[in-house]
Amino acid sequence: MNSILVIAEQRRGELMPSSLECIGAAVELKSSNNSTVIVAIIAANASEFVSQLSLEGVDEVITIVSPVAHFQADFSEAAALSLINDRQPSLVLAPHSVDAWGYIPALATTGNYGIASDVFAIRYEDGNLIATRAAYAEKLHQELEFPSYATTVLTVRGNTFKVIEQSGNPVVSDFAAPAVDLRTKHIEYIEPEGGGEVDITQAELMLSIGRGIAEEDNVEQFAELADNMGFTLGCSRPIADNGWLPKYRQVGQSGKTVANCQVYIAMGISGSVQHMAGMKHVANIIAVNTDPEASIFSIARYGVVADIFDIAEELETHFE
Amino acid sequence: MKILVPVKQVAVLDEDFELRDDGKDVDVDFLDYELNEWDDFAWEAALQLQEQHGDVIEIVPMTVGPEEASDSLLKCLGKGGERAIRVWHESLQDSDPAVIARVIAKVAQREQADMVFAGTLASDHGYSQTGVSVAAELNWAKAAVVSKVNISPNASCIQVNRELEGGLEESIEVQCPAVLTIQLGINEPRYASLRGIKQAKAKPIEVLSHTDLGLQDSDVGIAGSRSRVRRMVMPAKGQAELIEGSVVEQAARLADIVKQLRGGV
Ligand SMILES: Cc1cc2nc3c(=O)[nH]c(=O)nc-3n(C[C@H](O)[C@H](O)[C@H](O)COP(=O)(O)OP(=O)(O)OC[C@H]3O[C@@H](n4cnc5c(N)ncnc54)[C@H](O)[C@@H]3O)c2cc1C
Ligand SMILES: Nc1ncnc2c1ncn2[C@@H]1O[C@H](COP(=O)(O)O)[C@@H](O)[C@H]1O
Repeated sequence: MNSILVIAEQRRGELMPSSLECIGAAVELKSSNNSTVIVAIIAANASEFVSQLSLEGVDEVITIVSPVAHFQADFSEAAALSLINDRQPSLVLAPHSVDAWGYIPALATTGNYGIASDVFAIRYEDGNLIATRAAYAEKLHQELEFPSYATTVLTVRGNTFKVIEQSGNPVVSDFAAPAVDLRTKHIEYIEPEGGGEVDITQAELMLSIGRGIAEEDNVEQFAELADNMGFTLGCSRPIADNGWLPKYRQVGQSGKTVANCQVYIAMGISGSVQHMAGMKHVANIIAVNTDPEASIFSIARYGVVADIFDIAEELETHFE
Repeated sequence: MKILVPVKQVAVLDEDFELRDDGKDVDVDFLDYELNEWDDFAWEAALQLQEQHGDVIEIVPMTVGPEEASDSLLKCLGKGGERAIRVWHESLQDSDPAVIARVIAKVAQREQADMVFAGTLASDHGYSQTGVSVAAELNWAKAAVVSKVNISPNASCIQVNRELEGGLEESIEVQCPAVLTIQLGINEPRYASLRGIKQAKAKPIEVLSHTDLGLQDSDVGIAGSRSRVRRMVMPAKGQAELIEGSVVEQAARLADIVKQLRGGV
């Protein structure tokens, strides 16, 4: 029978939540594709994840025991390749995560599969798979098809598909992956710099600045404005990379998720996927940007098409 | 030791644009081009290794793209390196990242490169696929989203940091030869000097087609791709309420909204 295979991920013994979203996507698709849903987990202690993955709609959970405790690209690739060979799924879903970036494109090349990355909509039309992803810095969407590939691998954008809450009763089995040459070796994890004056994950009101501020000297003005407004100052990655603000103020995939934020003002931030990963859940997003097509407006509640310096100067008069 | 650095000339949309007649992409008349930001960091990483170790390290930038893409190569050569490679033929049009990777891998073989430093992703379409596919084509080791590189020339392995989610990093050892995909912030890309920019114009850019690299028409373009664009679509407009008027009016309204929302917190 036709199947959809989800490759779940873990890091340091914790299941990556994006894996559950992939399962959600697979279960949503299974009726239109008339297929079963198989979830595989690759880990040294793979069996420990079985109950978390046994969700309603999942038909089988497969454990693949890894010889190493941490993500290893060669092993994940070889294990996925041989499992796909064995089960012949028509569709393989994995989170669009840093680990997936490290081996999924290689998997598709070696296995001769169709592939698309960072997909946020998946459907079948007349039996043909169609995946939607962004193009041109999120300003357009592209619909992709994969004619002539028996198997297609998609990496799935986070915070897009619903997680299934009810547990189910899948068949559980073990799959022995072939031994391969492991060409990278884990040495250690390096924790993000802790501390800092503020914990932006706790902030309820945030004003974040992006590359639109243009110069380091301009940071001060926005820091003061945020302060006067009673907002916590945050930033996009280039501001932290340049050392204009400390890394602990960075919002996004490689920074922090502003989990408690109620109001988020984005000034001179374009709205890359990686930035939005840390703030798109906020209920009240206010975006100020000179580019009316900036993708930040697509998730904003209020949009101001204007120069941030003009707006900041005027705003100051309202918060003294 | 030779490091090949594939760079992409990314397309930036004009404010107003139109789609091509087939609806599968934007009409090129409405696109501007620039060097992919990530590739600026990758080239800088290569430049710094060369400065550290001297002429035992050769660094070569390359691109897959039409004549205009030479600008990005010149931008690299303005900072260093002696020559560059550009691969193009009209049948490469509409190639997906898998095809681009196939071409880059062929160049790496032809150049007998020891390392490939690609960017983590290209800002136009954000595929984040190409580098790791190059590794598979070459059957080399790979590390994606690299935020630190430690290399001794001719060593059998190197040490790098991978940047993971949430600011966590992982330090790993990677066997050579290898493909690394370089992340933003790994260094501070330099500016080219005026003299460098002038000198770059005299440096050779070798132009190759896919057939020079032993690839056939069926290996490239749509035929060789692992995905095919069906159509481009305009995303549904968000719910954003646009605040219009003069700057004074916009700011006043914004202040009202902020005060009201702030009160609810
Ligand atoms: C693995 C990975 C992890 C990443 N993690 C993060 C992360 O955690 N956080 C993050 O932010 N990014 C992250 N990034 C980087 C991300 O891809 C973008 O490069 C980044 O978010 C862009 O920041 P920006 O919006 O400030 O800059 P840009 O994209 O350059 O946007 C600047 C915006 O400012 C506007 N502007 C310019 N001048 C003005 C003006 N005077 N007035 C008003 N508007 C103006 C422009 O129209 C533009 O929209 C990550 C990338 C990768 C690959
Ligand atoms: N046309 C191209 N020419 C050369 N290198 C490219 C090209 N497209 C992508 N790359 C490389 O692949 C990286 C990632 O691109 P992508 O997979 O498109 O996100 C870029 O940073 C470049 O190093």
